[in-house]
Formats: sequence, structure tokens, C-alpha cells
Amino acid sequence: MKKNLIVCFGAAALTLLLPIVVRSQEALKGSEIHGSMQADATYYLTDTKTGITDTTLAGKLIRMNAFTEVNYSLGNFTAGVRFESYLPPLTGYDVQYNGTGAPYWYASYKNDFIDVTAGNFYEQFGNGMILRTYQEWTLGYDNSLRGLRVKFTPYHGITLKGVYGVQRYYWEPYKDYNRGIVKGADADFFLNDIFTGMKDARLKLTLGGSFVSDYQQGATKEFTSGTQILTLTLPENVACYGGRFNLNLGGFNWQTEYAHKINDPTALNNYIYKSGNGLFTNLSWASKGIGLSVMSKWIDNMSYKSDRRDTKNMVNINYLPAITKEHTYALASMYPYSTQPNGEVGIAAAATFHFAKNSWLGGKTGLTVAANFSQVNGLKKTALNDTTMIGQTGTEGYKSSFYGFGDEVYYQDANLEVSKKFGKKWKGIFSYLYQTYNKLIIEGHEGTIYSNIGVADISWNITKKVSLRGEFQGLWTKQDKGNWVAGLAELTVSPSWFVSVMDQYNYGNDDTDQRLNYYTFSAGYTHHSTRIAVSYGRQREGIICVGGVCRYVPATNGFTLTVTSSF
Amino acid sequence: MKHLRILLLLALIPVFSVAQQSVFSYQHLPSVKMKTVKGLPFTSDSITNHGKPIIISFWATWCKPCIRELTTISDVYSEWVEETGVKLYAVSIDDARSSSLVAPLANGKGWEYTVLLDPNGDFKRAMNVGPIPHTFLIDGSGKVVFQHTSFAEGDELNLIEMVRKLNRGEKIE
Repeated sequence: MKKNLIVCFGAAALTLLLPIVVRSQEALKGSEIHGSMQADATYYLTDTKTGITDTTLAGKLIRMNAFTEVNYSLGNFTAGVRFESYLPPLTGYDVQYNGTGAPYWYASYKNDFIDVTAGNFYEQFGNGMILRTYQEWTLGYDNSLRGLRVKFTPYHGITLKGVYGVQRYYWEPYKDYNRGIVKGADADFFLNDIFTGMKDARLKLTLGGSFVSDYQQGATKEFTSGTQILTLTLPENVACYGGRFNLNLGGFNWQTEYAHKINDPTALNNYIYKSGNGLFTNLSWASKGIGLSVMSKWIDNMSYKSDRRDTKNMVNINYLPAITKEHTYALASMYPYSTQPNGEVGIAAAATFHFAKNSWLGGKTGLTVAANFSQVNGLKKTALNDTTMIGQTGTEGYKSSFYGFGDEVYYQDANLEVSKKFGKKWKGIFSYLYQTYNKLIIEGHEGTIYSNIGVADISWNITKKVSLRGEFQGLWTKQDKGNWVAGLAELTVSPSWFVSVMDQYNYGNDDTDQRLNYYTFSAGYTHHSTRIAVSYGRQREGIICVGGVCRYVPATNGFTLTVTSSF
Repeated sequence: MKHLRILLLLALIPVFSVAQQSVFSYQHLPSVKMKTVKGLPFTSDSITNHGKPIIISFWATWCKPCIRELTTISDVYSEWVEETGVKLYAVSIDDARSSSLVAPLANGKGWEYTVLLDPNGDFKRAMNVGPIPHTFLIDGSGKVVFQHTSFAEGDELNLIEMVRKLNRGEKIE
């Protein structure tokens, strides 16, 4: 009886629901679900040669970092969530990531006039020197803001943005002002769209400005000066603001951004009360077959975080990328530069030339030549007075001038790359680099490293679908670990398969026990946007950089499985 | 109660079964703001090609396989355009570190693509792109019909073959 009643009730409910279902089908028409996932799992082996033991691995031989993100959209509405698991995190990632959860979720609505997002969001004002939140999975970096973002387009050519939220810090929930609240506004004006008289002008001009404020509950900090114990009162609100322009005329492009930050004593700048300044400028010219670019960056005490105590690469509000070239060949990227947010000044220039097919230099198949130079120095700092040390806690720190180049070289890189096709089946890229790397400043270890690096990257299309690529690399230096050679062979079969073997050999190490081979065997399969790869081998200790951020990775040995997919 | 729940779930099946047909494919590109290499505003809605197929390739100046892919296609691009009318948009995800090097590099290499800047990955996120290179093929109606990550020499032949299929009105598997 009871059972029948339920069935009857169910049938009635179904009948009642049907119109809703049908209507919702109509309403849901146009719905889309997309997403992506990645899993990196490693089975670690101990390796006495590189000092990897059960203790350094904390007894956790199997580790995995993984995420799945799902986004739903219907018309102007979008919502999404990302689950992350670090069980436990791979070596080299911060142990504070240990755990699983959904650190990213949002819902947004947009039309031609307004774009509102509640939840987590990634945003950039201008070049990011004042505010940029973003995620770089391979580096374990995520500084997303959680809160509210509104973007307006009140008039053609005008974009206004406002953000209000708190940043992600591993898994630590925000409560009781445990980190700062970030508020920001940005305005962008594309004058050629705003003023009808400028519509068809050859000169294109964009102006912009940003203001950001970080509120962190006031605190005091005690420190010892000689025999005295002093107490500092730390500011609650730290503002950072600036302006920018982008000017374009034919092939010329000139962009500049200036930012100023008010006094912001933090753990990273040794609690000095100096204000911060930054300037980034870039001039480029491009025409068919030629590209030229010069840029310069000056930053003085510009680290801007929503937690003044943080000394890790987390809760950064702004983005201060290096202007040096990012290299990807293994030995060329052995000594990568990363920005020194407390102060640096640098210049960089790049040129690319393409000599077309059947020209004098281009030969039958064309020739591309690219040259790049960059140098970054410390700032010229002078003491405030005779009794105060440079950078002394609780003071204004030091005196510096606009664009004051210091004598100390932090990094220098000069490189040349030639790409050439030989007939229909052979291609080569040949590079030479000379790098100067100030290890004391960049990593905190003694010494400056001067290195000569050569790379030959040759590929051979055996058939239309099968190709073999080889890399031959050498790094020669009298400092640090001495000379290296590296070789790679990679066979790809379009569209799905690859196998590769690579070895880096530190043959010039002064310590003969450390003349190690770092070999890796890899294979992978790609189907549409899904890729599965396995590798086995020993990875050297080093710094990997993606985009503008770098991360230290310890030496490892083991089997790794990587799966990526998107739909 | 158990039966009721089952019934309710059954009632929802049609919703998903209808939705399933197309829910996992992009019927049109999400509308996202980017920049041209001249620093001018550009919205992804403007990615069009008069009803002909479109290729979108996500790349960066620091991504070697991306540059291999775009250089390989560049060698045959003018023939592709002439034969099929296809248009390639090369979306650079270089951030402020290197976004100003994009135009000099693309010009320096003699690429004839429409190059766009997505410096904070807004379009990349909207298209759920992970590792690059990641290439999308879009048919004349604006629907994504194929996507692929990574690049191996020979992949470009697959791509142009699919463009030809689209032009013949055939379905992409």
C-alpha cells in the first residue's frame, strides 16, 4: 500500500515536473560544459649520488599534484570550480600545499556594459606592475583574489575595473584579518575610439591608470638595535598607484608604465619605511622580416604583498617580471635570472631578422637570425647618514635616485640564434650564449658564474609524419659545478607518439664523485587534447621558470606520469 | 522515498540527454578581451573569416614546440590560404615579461598570421587551454570542430586535411 502510494506520488510528481523539464530544456539550450585536468605523479627512488634518501623524501615515495577544472556557461552566465589535490605535493613544491580541496570557484555574468565576477578571479592592471593575479600550475603558483570584480564599458574605448578581495595562501582560509584585503581600481582609455576625430588617425594612443590599496590589520614589530629593544608601528594601509600609455604609429610601438608605492615595511625589505618606485618602458619596431625591441626596467623597493610577513613567493599583489630572455634549452636555462624586487635596474635589446627564400643571405630556404642582450644591475644606494646602515630596520632604509645604476652586475646575457632549413627534410637552430650570473644576489650562495653555452638543435623529417630531433649542448664555466654537456634524441610520429632520451653530464665537476649523468627516458601519447607521458630518470637540482616566475627544484630520481586533458 | 528519488532522477535524464549532444563542444567562441600586437583592444568575437575555417594556435615566445609549429605552417601558409581560404590566429600568452617581444619575433620570422596578445591568459582560461602549443580548428559557423595539444612535424598535414574536409562540407570525426 505504502509502496503504491509512493509510486503514485512519484508519477504525479513526474507529470508535474515534465513541463518544467521541457521548459528547462529550452532554457538550458546553449549550455556548455568545458574543463581541463592535469595529474603529475612521481614514484621517487633514493639515490646516494645526489643525496636523495628516505629522510629527504620524508618517507613519502609516491606523490601527486593534480587538478580538475570544470566551467559551465549559458549565454552571458559562467560558473566554474577547480579541485586540487597534493597527496602529498611533489618534491620542490611547498609542503603547505599538502591536502585536497576547491581553492578556486566563481560565478560571473557579463554583457556589453558590465562584467561581474563573484568568487575567485585572475586580473591584471596594465602591465601588472601594480596588480596582477594569475596561476602557473607547473610552478605551484596561484595568487588569485577571492571576492568581487566588476568591469564596466560605459563608452566605446573606455574600460573601468574594480576589484575587492583577499588572496589565496595555500589552503589557509581567510579569517580575522590573517592577511590583507586588496581593493583596486583601474581605468583604460583608448583615445582613437573615444574621440571621433582620432578614429582614422595613424597614431593610436591608449592611456591608463590604476590605484590599489592593501589593508592589513595594524601590528607592531619588535627588533633589537644594539642593546635596545625597539618597537615599530607598521602601517595598516599600503597604497600603490601609477599611470601608463601605449603609443602606436605604424610599425612603431612605445609603452611605458610608472608605479609608486607608499612606505611598506615588510619581512622582505627588512622592515624599512622607504616608499617604492618602478618604471617599465619598451620601444619596438616591426616590419615584415625585421623585428627590433629595446626595453628597460627600474624597480626600487617594489615588492607588494597582501601579507607583510611573507618571504615566500606567495600573496604578491603586483608582478615584477625579469626583462631578460627566458631560455628553454636545458643548459641555457641552468642559470636563469629572477627579479630582485628590493631593487634592480636593467636594459634589454632584441633583434630578429628573416632573410627570405631566394635572397642573397636567405639561400633557397630562408634564414632567420635573432640576437638578444640584457643586463641587470643593482641600484646605487647611499646611506641616510653616518650612523645608519643601508637598509637598517625601522629607518627609511637608504637614499637612491631615479634610475640610479649601481656598480654590481646581477645578470648579463648575450646570445645569438640562427635558424636555417637545409633542403626539405633538415632544419637546424644554432645558438651561442654568454651569461654572467650573480649567484650571491640571486640565490644567496657565494660567487658569480661566467658561462659560455652552445646549442645545436637539428631535426630531420624522415617521412611526412615521422621526425627525429637531436640537441647537442655544452656549457663551459670555471665556476660553480664546472663544465656540462647534454644530448637529446627525440622521435615523434604525428599525430600521437613521441619517445625521447636525454642526458646531461657534469663532466667538469671539480669533485670527481659528482661528475654525474642526469639521464631521462620519456614516452608519450597524444589524442586530440589529451596527452599522457611517462618518464624515468634523474633530474638535476635547479631553478625552473615559467612565464616570469621561478621555482627551485631539488634533485630527484624516479618514474613520473603526467596526464593532461581539456574538453 | 527511495523510489521517489529514482523517479526524480529519471525525470532529469531528458535534460541531460538533450544537452549532451552539444554541451561539450564550443558552439561559438567565448567573448574575451585581448590586445593586438599594436596594443589595441581586440575582442575574441572579432575572430572571423567570412564563413571559412579558422585555426587558433596558442603559443608563447618561450615555447620551442610552439615556434616549431608556427614556423612549419608559415612555410606553407600562403599556399594554404590560396587553396582553402583558411585564416590562422596566433594567440600569444606571453605576459608582461615578453609580450613586447611578440610583434618583433612574429615579424622577424616573417609570419603572416593575425597575432594577438593574451597577457594574463584570459582567453586561454576561457578556452580551457593547459600546456601549449594548443591548436583549435573552427568551422565556418564558428563552432570548434577539433583541438590538439603538442606539436609533431606532420601535424600540420592533418590540420590542412581537416580544413579541406570542412570546405567540402564533410564532418570531422
